[in-house]
Amino acid sequence: MSGPATSARRPSTDGPALEVRGITVHYGDVLALDDVSLTLDRGTICGLVGMNGSGKSTLFKAIMGNIRPDRGTVSIGGRSPRQARRAGIVGYVPQSEEVDWSFPLSVHDVVMMGRYGFQGFTRRPRRADREAVAEALDRVELADLADRRIGALSGGQRKRAFVARGLAQGADLLLLDEPFAGVDKRSEATITDLLRELADGGATVLVSSHDLEALPRLADEAILLLRRVLLHGTPEEALRPEQLARAFGLDLASGRPTDGGD
Amino acid sequence: MPLDLLLEPLGYDFMQRAFLVTITAAIVCGVLSCWLVLIGWSLMGDAVSHAVLPGVVIAYLMGTPFAVGALVFGLGAVALIFLVRSTSRVKEDAAIGVVFTTLFALGLVLISVVPSQTDLGHILFGNLLGVSAADLVQVLVLGAFTLVVLVLKRRDLTLYAFDPTHAHAIGLNPKVLGALLLALLALTVVVALQAVGVVLVVAMVIIPGATAYLLTDRFARMLVISPAIAAGCAIVGIYASYYLDAASGGMVVLTMGVVFALVYLFAPRHGVIGRSLAAARRRRAGVARSAEAERQPA
Repeated sequence: MSGPATSARRPSTDGPALEVRGITVHYGDVLALDDVSLTLDRGTICGLVGMNGSGKSTLFKAIMGNIRPDRGTVSIGGRSPRQARRAGIVGYVPQSEEVDWSFPLSVHDVVMMGRYGFQGFTRRPRRADREAVAEALDRVELADLADRRIGALSGGQRKRAFVARGLAQGADLLLLDEPFAGVDKRSEATITDLLRELADGGATVLVSSHDLEALPRLADEAILLLRRVLLHGTPEEALRPEQLARAFGLDLASGRPTDGGD
Repeated sequence: MPLDLLLEPLGYDFMQRAFLVTITAAIVCGVLSCWLVLIGWSLMGDAVSHAVLPGVVIAYLMGTPFAVGALVFGLGAVALIFLVRSTSRVKEDAAIGVVFTTLFALGLVLISVVPSQTDLGHILFGNLLGVSAADLVQVLVLGAFTLVVLVLKRRDLTLYAFDPTHAHAIGLNPKVLGALLLALLALTVVVALQAVGVVLVVAMVIIPGATAYLLTDRFARMLVISPAIAAGCAIVGIYASYYLDAASGGMVVLTMGVVFALVYLFAPRHGVIGRSLAAARRRRAGVARSAEAERQPA
């Protein structure tokens, strides 16, 4: 059951998997992102760490083109966000709160939505679509629950279903917003292994997370965000107490002011 | 003779037209209501249906088909609501409330000052027994068009309702899909106007979907169950109105309400009674298990 789907991945185009340059975003008078720049290479898993309101979700929105930044550019595999979305290479796993879990859709229905970008006017599934969905469900170990209503799954299974949607889509860049919130350990391990497999296959993964403990096991790199990029390095560097103190505004270690302003 | 009872009303042309118009409206409304109920746009349905009133009056004055005026004001109301919501600090439900009541009031004022044959009652509550052949053609054409678009684009509309962010991420435009659904809502309202009138249209675009939602966990099935229920209620309602000599629009909606109440109570999985029975069974099983657990050590 392994193999064929990864070979369907499109050949890489020029440029890094994700390049964000000088993004600045205001909500009204509130500065949400301040001159954020970062570059991710193909095949890396990057953890995005920051407290609530640090701009993690805003950064995701800017990358996907859901909001228009005041300044700055985003390039995905050398393409503009718009071109990248059209090409179907951006996959997104939403936070739990963003999803209406009472919706009468099966797990299979949700994963099939990953294929809509490749389908015709009415999105009638073809054989290739059904195969891609079946394989994605296999890889996240949800094949048995394909006909279950999405809301009837546990927290971890729900996340895996949405990761499967990104798999069925064949996304080169996968964005996961707090995928481990309210998720059992087994699902967390399954998702972590799966993301590693995906990265080894050439995909690039950006994960926002509160779970600092899991960071070294999960990610190759980490970014500390507090409206600005405070640090972009290894997970171990990011987890040093003085760095975390800056990111979470705890003035413990350094004794210096932690205000993000210049 | 029960068969005669069923056939008698069909002997009249006006009754045949009434059946055709109502069943068409019911089917289109039933399909559309599945999305409205799931997105939570019931109030939007209410708004669009009321906002078409001035359009109908103006169309009457200008001698154009009433569907044209209704459609212009239905779409205009939607556009106004979004304008107010997105360019001021007023929230959506308040924006809806302001826009549709104002337009509805404009309609009432127009009717009161314009000397015409327009019967307010017919617009507000429908005039099922006075459907002309031209009205019938309008309803059939608009209804068929709306239904075809809804069915062909059903997967996109469901994606929009469920996860607009994903729609955006794969290169679709959620704003366009939302606008499409609202435009189809405006068309549907126009179709149903003739059957049940401005005030009761909202029932037709909410009750069938809400009823179907209690009966299934599959959206694809909901799309079949909802129009089936709506059409069934339309037929029962019209017969009832014929024999009871009661308001036809009201009777159709009343039937839908009764069916909803029955489903709300008796639906196998999501009905109130079914749910409490299942809970009682679980409790009993729990008691039995713990009793057994207590016996075990002895």
